[in-house]
Amino acid sequence: MILTPSSSPHIRNNPSITSIMLWVTAALIPGLITLIYFYGWGYLINSLIAIFTALGSESVILRLRHRNIYKTLTDGSAMLTGLFIGISMPGFAPWWVIVIATVFAIVFIKHLYGGLGQNLFNPAMGAFALVLISFPVPMTTSWVAPMGPNGIERLSLYEHVQISIRGTHSDFDGVTMATPLDHYKTNIQNKTADELLETNEFSNGPLYGIIWVNLAFLFGGLLLLAKKMITWHAPTGLLLGVGVMSLLFSSDPDIRMPISLHMMGGATMLGAFFIATDPASTATSNKGKIIFGLGVGVLTYIIRTWGNFPDAIAFSVLIMNFAAPFIDYYTRPRVYGKSGSMKGYSLRGGNK
Amino acid sequence: MSNNDKLWPLKGGIHPAQMKDVSNGTPIKQLSQPKEIILPLNHSNGAMATPCVNVGDQVKKGQLIATFNIPVATRIHASLSGTITAIEPRAIAHVSGLQAQSIVITTDQSGQIEILPKIDDWKSVSHDLLIRRIEEAGIAGLGGAGFPTQIKYRPHTQINTLIVNGVECEPYITSDDVLMREHSEQIVEGTLIALKILSAKDAIIAIEDNKPEAIGAIKAALNKLDTYNIRLRVIPTKYPSGGEKQLIYILTGQEVSSGNIPASLGILVQNVGTLYALRQAVVDGEPLTQRVMTLTGSAVNNPGNYWVPIGTPIQHIMNESTRDLIPHKIVMGGPMMGFDVPDANAPISKITNCIIIPTKQELPTFSDSNPCIRCGKCEQVCPVNLLPQKLYWNAKYHEWEQAELNSLFDCIECGACSWICPSEISLVQYYRYAKSEIKKEHLDKVKSDQARHRFEDRQRRLEKLAAEKESKRKARAAAAAKIQSNKDNTTESVLDDQAKADILASLARVKAKKPKLTTKVLDTKVVDTKALELAWQKTEDVVLKAKAKLLIAQQENSASVPALTTALGKLEERAKKAKLTWQDAVKFDATTIDDIEQ
Repeated sequence: MILTPSSSPHIRNNPSITSIMLWVTAALIPGLITLIYFYGWGYLINSLIAIFTALGSESVILRLRHRNIYKTLTDGSAMLTGLFIGISMPGFAPWWVIVIATVFAIVFIKHLYGGLGQNLFNPAMGAFALVLISFPVPMTTSWVAPMGPNGIERLSLYEHVQISIRGTHSDFDGVTMATPLDHYKTNIQNKTADELLETNEFSNGPLYGIIWVNLAFLFGGLLLLAKKMITWHAPTGLLLGVGVMSLLFSSDPDIRMPISLHMMGGATMLGAFFIATDPASTATSNKGKIIFGLGVGVLTYIIRTWGNFPDAIAFSVLIMNFAAPFIDYYTRPRVYGKSGSMKGYSLRGGNK
Repeated sequence: MSNNDKLWPLKGGIHPAQMKDVSNGTPIKQLSQPKEIILPLNHSNGAMATPCVNVGDQVKKGQLIATFNIPVATRIHASLSGTITAIEPRAIAHVSGLQAQSIVITTDQSGQIEILPKIDDWKSVSHDLLIRRIEEAGIAGLGGAGFPTQIKYRPHTQINTLIVNGVECEPYITSDDVLMREHSEQIVEGTLIALKILSAKDAIIAIEDNKPEAIGAIKAALNKLDTYNIRLRVIPTKYPSGGEKQLIYILTGQEVSSGNIPASLGILVQNVGTLYALRQAVVDGEPLTQRVMTLTGSAVNNPGNYWVPIGTPIQHIMNESTRDLIPHKIVMGGPMMGFDVPDANAPISKITNCIIIPTKQELPTFSDSNPCIRCGKCEQVCPVNLLPQKLYWNAKYHEWEQAELNSLFDCIECGACSWICPSEISLVQYYRYAKSEIKKEHLDKVKSDQARHRFEDRQRRLEKLAAEKESKRKARAAAAAKIQSNKDNTTESVLDDQAKADILASLARVKAKKPKLTTKVLDTKVVDTKALELAWQKTEDVVLKAKAKLLIAQQENSASVPALTTALGKLEERAKKAKLTWQDAVKFDATTIDDIEQ
């Protein structure tokens, strides 16, 4: 009797890829619900468009690559990318912006680099950067003003669909706003921080809602931490980066945005717990993850403060994606029984 | 070692399902006698043992039947009485499914036993005697590596602490657990013997906290025996705490430096089973012929622990438990680090602590089904602090230098990374592959370097020889030229010139006296003498060359000196003769000419 051998270990504890993706998706749901509550159905519509486009474009590219379509689609990664895009885009973004972003994310950033786990850049952030640069008008004028009791009157689902299909919200007055960070940055030049924060225009306007959204993402992130789906290193690094920079350079809220706004007024929580923890495009070791997060945090502050874009998570993440392989070479952990860690990329030169 | 109660928590590690209660609920049973015992003669390093029995011989249980002529191997004893029926290739317990030359014993019921002299009073005998006993009894590390135990007791450094490994962190396996429950006193006595041999200060018995009965038994034994320098440490259950280097860290906070053995820290780690075998060998004179083995898995009817003679075919053990079982797979060792045995006819060896016969659902066959998503879970569980994910990419893309930078060779192949991997990637298999490829490459490099050195050395040798030859040739030529010129300057040339002058003079005279006819006649005669002269000179040249050769031969103390001497003698003789002939001819000529003149 001859049996076919297989390799040890013979037991596995498989939280399958699908379950990981589903957990991350689940952790995003509170944030999505908050977004829909404060900023309308646009976020749901965008997410659905992005998810279907992601699944569709992934099946096409898988077919072209002669890969198993069913197995890859059911791993949940394309759906998650779609959801990320839907969450990050402005609520009134025209449908075609979402489609272009999603196709770019799936086809170019993910599959042309070899598919799941092989992408150098975060697909959602790369796509966001692409459409922000390519279509600045819809990307900057489509941010929805908060709705509900303290905000503007809610638009119906039908009206949101209309806006998405026609690609314009010109039929409705006063439904958009500048993002809170943008608003603060432009208005702090002729107002004091107290004036700005106390005015209804700001507190009931841009600021209203975004704090809840950030809290929801923080909650989702902590859930992932508790489920050991992510580690604390990258989020801590990112929050530290933004925090330390804010304390150093934003001590006077009359001149620059204070730390509270940096933390809760933009995409910081989403970036810290969901984007900077994207496994494929970030650093590998725990030390590397901290450095990666720190880099994203510092760059985010720099771009927000001295740059020309309303938010900076996407660009900071992309820049740090470039640096990730380099970080890996110099952050190998010290292995058991060795006096130091191996550094560099060659056995001969540049390492101890 | 300052703080006695402190434990250093293992970094990484996992908590797989224990599955130990499948097999540890019953006492150790004696396996029924197998019909055949198969004892492979091969050693993992490629050496072959030499049998000291022949086919047809009757052997007793415990009789020495084969020895190695290398130190890093253990002796082979008959594990049951019977007749040697064959020494032939048989399947061995190896994942390759290969066969190896084995001694086959067809067992009988005589029950004859051969034991070594008992050493009851081991406290008063010499270390050497005890170490020799370990060697005679064929004791190997029963925990897994099977390293010959006697070598561990001859360390190059002083051993201060003996660590007794009763951790047994792999799921399913309970052989050490039940051995500690039932034979704790022997294990503690074995520990005392080991301490004596090593002259070590103290010993630590380490057991995972999931074995309360074993802990209790060891505690009782420690209280009963005089064991002031043996401590029991209960460590938290976590895989792979039982790994030698991991256990040392947990107990002492020290790390065995990369590429070193625990002895470099003054520590020796011994499995409880090994110490039991050691005690049996010393006190009872029993060679290592049987061991406790866990038979477990959902496909067997009565899992449990058995005393199994070394060399018992797996098939026999399976039959014992479940008749007509067609296993989905046979795992030898634990589910984390054990290996699949492709052939149930293979025998168990000294290191076989467990056989798992699982159902398909229990231990399914895995295949790489998903790509790595770099989730990094592997890094969080690696007990050695590696970046398993990086090593995977390195192995996959043959980046050997990167793999070494990522400390591939510090991987202990515990399998924690594969266990946690959501993509079900057989990571350990990639590391084994990478290790073997790198080793092969290094070996190839060593070989090619050797070949290159050999070639270069040969070139140098040839050049040196050629240069020597050339210089000798030059020296010879110079010597010959010198001798030649000497001769030219002295006798020979004088003779020659004189003779020539004589001839010319006589010729002139003849010419003057007898014009035509006589000249003609004389011409021929003169030519004759000239030919003779040339012949003599040629012979003389040969003699000179022979002299030069002889001279060199004498300088080099060559064996050809006598031969050359005789040859030279002959040549000189010939030269003399030629000279005489020529001289005679000249004389004759001269007289004739004189006659004619007169």
